[in-house]
Amino acid sequence: MSCALLLLLMSLALAMGTGAAVEIQRPRGVPLSSEQFYEENKPFTCLDGSSTIPFDRVNDDYCDCRDGSDEPGTAACPNGSFHCTNAGFRPTFIPSSRINDGICDCCDTTDEYNSGATCQNTCREMGRKERESLQIMAEITKEGFLLKQQLIHEAKRGQEDKQGKLTELQGSKKGLEEKVEALRTVKETAEDPEKEAKERHLKAWEELIRMEKDKTRMAEAFLELDDDADGYVSVAELQSHLELDPDSDGSLSETETQGLLGGADKVDTSTFETVWSGIKDKYLQSLICDPECISICRNLEKEIGFDFGPSAEFAYLYSQCYELSTSEYIYRLCPFNRVSQKPKFGGSETNLGLWGQWAGPEDNLYSVMKYDHGQGCWQGPNRSTTVKLTCGKETVVTSTSEPSRCEYLMEFTTPAVCQEPASLDEVLHGHTEL
Amino acid sequence: MGPLLVLWLAGCLSGTWAVDRGNFKTCDQSAFCKRQRALKPGQSPYRALLETLELTNTKLTLQLINDNNKVRLLLELYRLQGNMTRVKINELKPLKPRFEVPDVLINDPPTEPLSLLSRDENGVVLSLGADSQRLIVSAKPFRLDIMEGREVLLSLNSRGLLAFEHLRIRKDTCQEVMSLSLSHSKVDPEGTENKEETEAANEPAEGEEEAKEDEKVEDGMWEETFKSHTDSKPNGPSSISLDFSLPGVENVYGIPEHADSLKLKATDGGDPYRLFNLDVFQYEVFNPMALYGAIPVMLSHSAQRTMGIFWLNAAETWVDISSNTAGKTVFGQMLDYVQGSSETPQTDVRWISESGIIDVFIMLGPTPTDVFSQYASLTGTQAFPPLSALAYHQCRWNYNDQEDVAAVDQGFDDHDIPYDFIWLDIEHTDGKRYFTWDPHKFPQPKDMLQGLLDKRRKMVTIVDPHIKVDSSYKIHNEIRSKGFYVKSKDGGDYEGWCWPGNSGYPDFTNPEMRAWWASMFAYDQYEGSMENMYTWNDMNEPSVFNGPEVTMHKDALHGNWENRDLHNLYGLYVQRATAEGLIERSGGVERPFVLARAFFAGSQRYGAVWTGDNAAEWEHLKISIPMCLSLGLVGVSFCGADVGGFFKSPSTELLVRWYQTGAYQPFFRAHAHLDTPRREPWLFGPENTALIREAVRQRYALLPYWYQLFYHAHHSGQPVMRPLWVEYPQDTATFSMDDQFLLGRDLLVHPVTEEGARGVTAYLPGKGEVWFDVHTFQKHNGAQNLYIPVTISSIPVFQRGGSIISRKARVRRSSSCMEHDPYTLFVALSPKRFAQGELYIDDGHTFNFDKQKQFIHRRFSFANNALSSRNLAPGSQFTTFSWVEKIVILGASKPSKATLKTPDGKESQLEFEFDASMSVLTLRKPGVNAGLDWTVVLQ
Repeated sequence: MSCALLLLLMSLALAMGTGAAVEIQRPRGVPLSSEQFYEENKPFTCLDGSSTIPFDRVNDDYCDCRDGSDEPGTAACPNGSFHCTNAGFRPTFIPSSRINDGICDCCDTTDEYNSGATCQNTCREMGRKERESLQIMAEITKEGFLLKQQLIHEAKRGQEDKQGKLTELQGSKKGLEEKVEALRTVKETAEDPEKEAKERHLKAWEELIRMEKDKTRMAEAFLELDDDADGYVSVAELQSHLELDPDSDGSLSETETQGLLGGADKVDTSTFETVWSGIKDKYLQSLICDPECISICRNLEKEIGFDFGPSAEFAYLYSQCYELSTSEYIYRLCPFNRVSQKPKFGGSETNLGLWGQWAGPEDNLYSVMKYDHGQGCWQGPNRSTTVKLTCGKETVVTSTSEPSRCEYLMEFTTPAVCQEPASLDEVLHGHTEL
Repeated sequence: MGPLLVLWLAGCLSGTWAVDRGNFKTCDQSAFCKRQRALKPGQSPYRALLETLELTNTKLTLQLINDNNKVRLLLELYRLQGNMTRVKINELKPLKPRFEVPDVLINDPPTEPLSLLSRDENGVVLSLGADSQRLIVSAKPFRLDIMEGREVLLSLNSRGLLAFEHLRIRKDTCQEVMSLSLSHSKVDPEGTENKEETEAANEPAEGEEEAKEDEKVEDGMWEETFKSHTDSKPNGPSSISLDFSLPGVENVYGIPEHADSLKLKATDGGDPYRLFNLDVFQYEVFNPMALYGAIPVMLSHSAQRTMGIFWLNAAETWVDISSNTAGKTVFGQMLDYVQGSSETPQTDVRWISESGIIDVFIMLGPTPTDVFSQYASLTGTQAFPPLSALAYHQCRWNYNDQEDVAAVDQGFDDHDIPYDFIWLDIEHTDGKRYFTWDPHKFPQPKDMLQGLLDKRRKMVTIVDPHIKVDSSYKIHNEIRSKGFYVKSKDGGDYEGWCWPGNSGYPDFTNPEMRAWWASMFAYDQYEGSMENMYTWNDMNEPSVFNGPEVTMHKDALHGNWENRDLHNLYGLYVQRATAEGLIERSGGVERPFVLARAFFAGSQRYGAVWTGDNAAEWEHLKISIPMCLSLGLVGVSFCGADVGGFFKSPSTELLVRWYQTGAYQPFFRAHAHLDTPRREPWLFGPENTALIREAVRQRYALLPYWYQLFYHAHHSGQPVMRPLWVEYPQDTATFSMDDQFLLGRDLLVHPVTEEGARGVTAYLPGKGEVWFDVHTFQKHNGAQNLYIPVTISSIPVFQRGGSIISRKARVRRSSSCMEHDPYTLFVALSPKRFAQGELYIDDGHTFNFDKQKQFIHRRFSFANNALSSRNLAPGSQFTTFSWVEKIVILGASKPSKATLKTPDGKESQLEFEFDASMSVLTLRKPGVNAGLDWTVVLQ
């Protein structure tokens, strides 16, 4: 860092040292890079080549060139532009209509040389502030990027895990089917035995299938219920499964849930076997609507199917929710799922949009999320939310607004969008081109 | 909030995109209109009692008697200075005073003596002074005719529709009861029966049967119910009516505000044009329904003469128009002409008002300019706005908070689009309590205003005239404790629903109330306000969401008068009190800027108006032209329509076309409804941003011309935006044009208002004249329909050959930033190589131009190959930094040299360029100060 600052100071000194000399040599408002075109005492040819004029007509407050190039330092040309050196900060071009308009635009005050406006040279201050904020940003980016690497790593593992589970599930499903098939073969070959034997055999065979199926279902159920995949099904995890509510009163209390888990706060697979019979009926019933497809597989497939970014760095946001409380509302962003708004002081929740797609610009697709098809607005469109992602160490919603009726804007920081930091030297140099 | 929303939804918003006509009365549903309209033309029952004639230096008075009911009226005739006649008719002895409109005339109009030319038992003939103009009063039946030579210019009561419902004691309940015990004798049960009725009873007149007939009680005389609202009418019937016939006239204009064509239509078979200030939700175009404002002034025009009728009455008014040529096709008219059987074209007009008196000013022209001057001499001229108010205004319901304001402000700079004003609608307040700020969204209003000031920009905040009934709200408490609220018929404070919920309505007709209101704009009263903050009065009809026709009950009381009597005047008073507040807060130094939605005759003195809540539809873009033209004809030059359309969302093409049109209309403000997507100019892709930028830049470059036109409007009452016939009064082709207009005399604008247009046909008037396309400098002959191919960037505008227009070519981010910039003069030569123009300069924002004569007014003339600038106002003094940077002469030939001469005797040669293909001569950098004398001689 000290090295970087030193470099910067040196370049500043260079700029200031040569500044005065440069000012004399080139006409007002001309950047160093165009100096060569403005040679004193030689006729000036408009940069677009449209005409050639005596040099004393450069910056004489009358527009002679169609491209405005003869008046870089006055407001005479409607399409001209003025170069502020802004030593200590970043050089810039401003439209020449801002020269002497009474408003300080260049931090070095050079745009207001004849308007009576009292401008302070703020370049150093601005430069300092910018460097500070760049530095802070750089640190954030650096740390954020490290976090991102971690996220990518975890996501990769998680992904493999899930893929594994899915394969396993699909495998066991397949295995079961094979077993059934095998038993069917057994059954078919045992077609001949006498009736009694046949019946007994059939019973056993059916019992075997039933048990096998039950076991598989239990395993599937465990995976499904174990939301955080920590190998335990907890009360909290179970509570979201309203379909298991014993008294069907629409809410699943903690006590009820504990009851379902045999009084425990959480159960592992083996304990789960013991409580399974109590959950089974209701649980399986909830699956009946789609008996052919196993919903766990479905969810897993769905999750694996999401576009979590080039390196799945956004995967960690899945099934999480982030809230921001404003004076009136609590906003809730559940990435890849939905955005909602709930009045703080009573009232129902409003759906501000369901996960739509990544919507950043082509070169930065993963910087914006779009949620749409939210609750309809009166005489208006369905609510939608644009979520802008910026690099940060924390994963938080930093602001929400409704710039247009029913179109919400949310700012969200996450390490997942942090780019590999350029070295600080590069950052600073990029902004102090002299 | 909840109940309000429900009410709002139910009461105002029908959920469709069209006006709910059922919310507003037709003539049939308005009892007095129905009664009056049932009266058909015929012999008037009124007779002039010539023996009562009195002639003084200032007026003639004469009694009229209705032979049916023997009620007498008093007629007063005045000959006013400037070729006007005033006709006033009131009851001779009304039961109680009838309302006479105050505060609209700027003074008691100075009179000139009438002289009696002849008199016999049939009537009298009076001289109206010059031009052999006479006023003939016929006795039986009573009628008035104004003649010039042998020509009748205008007749009053020639169709016998003078009708004056005299005030009376209610009889339908009282007398029926009494007659049982008092047999047939006509004894007044209260002992207060007026003298005329007694006379009528005593006189065994032939018309006694009719007299009884006339007294018959009809529905709606003493009470009227519309939807769920009952109007209690304690004064009973009081309406008035009078007909005017205009021989030789086929075109009448004015009586805004209606979303209709410039040329008024015959109303036979439909409803009359209605004048009653109403908050009409989602109004439709091309119909005579009442809108937000009312100016009871009609202009008549023919190739021979322009006249005006100013019906000074602030009650609900209906205007019927019929014409003997209206229904005829062009072919039919030609047939009449060929066969020589044509009756003279004639337009008949009938005015009907619910209460008050007949007080009508007949402006005899004869030219359009004369009529404008005449009307201005009665009601005053357009307030001269701060220069920046003529620039571009960015509005939206709503800019959400300070950050939003800062971001939009920055957006204009980022996209290099100039603007001067950003507006805050109702959401900026603390719970719709005007004069306050939402503490969360606008915690530091002064910081925000300072931020705008630093960029030499300004803000407008909304202050509506409905006041939240809330005992913790200072404004409400003061108004209540001072007794300044309008009262309901029962005497309590009148309350109605509006944006804040339950609201009171200050009585702006009360001068003490207005003075107090004005004092609320002082910087120490209106917290967070600063000198670059101005005001918008919306909803000043007034709008009452749960009132009859979304407005105030007619039996609500303003002091002793009912809202019925002065309804249309309320909005004017609101804007007036606000404008006075803005003047006072600056110690009388600064010119105010106040925009209002409701208006009346005279409102032009207080600021700008706009055409209310239009919609993002092509039809609404088109109608903005005749709507503002109509207003301009009757004094209100500072008019505009919401650019883009308020309701709904415009297509990009419509938005661009609207900017292009709005850039050439007087009040140039974009506005949008809360529920529409954002539409700041840069949200539609770089190409459209560039198109909008170009339109706005054209406006800014032309600001010197706009300012000069407004100075003229302020000075002489001439409209800024004019129908073509105003300048070409004999060109019949111009009489019913709705799609193009003039700015001043010298610019003709034909904006593109058709979707997907590939070309427009503009009419260039003036035989022997030429017009120059202001963009290409292409010259076109006058008196032709010119087809112009257009692209999305085209704004067809033409400069009249013979004119000189000043522009500032250096467009900056706000008009204030351009103050000291140099001028470019565009000299468009007439075929006789002549041109003339003006330039007006002052400080742009104070009254010093008026109080201290601090201004520059120059006359530019081009003749004999020399262009000169001379002083038009030798008594004035002002110095400007601005100079003349360029002179562009259109239709020129190539000189051998151009010499600039200044008064100090110095001569210098100007360099020039000559474009032979377009005959354009450009003189390089004269460099003279714009306030000085100079001459450029071409050789």
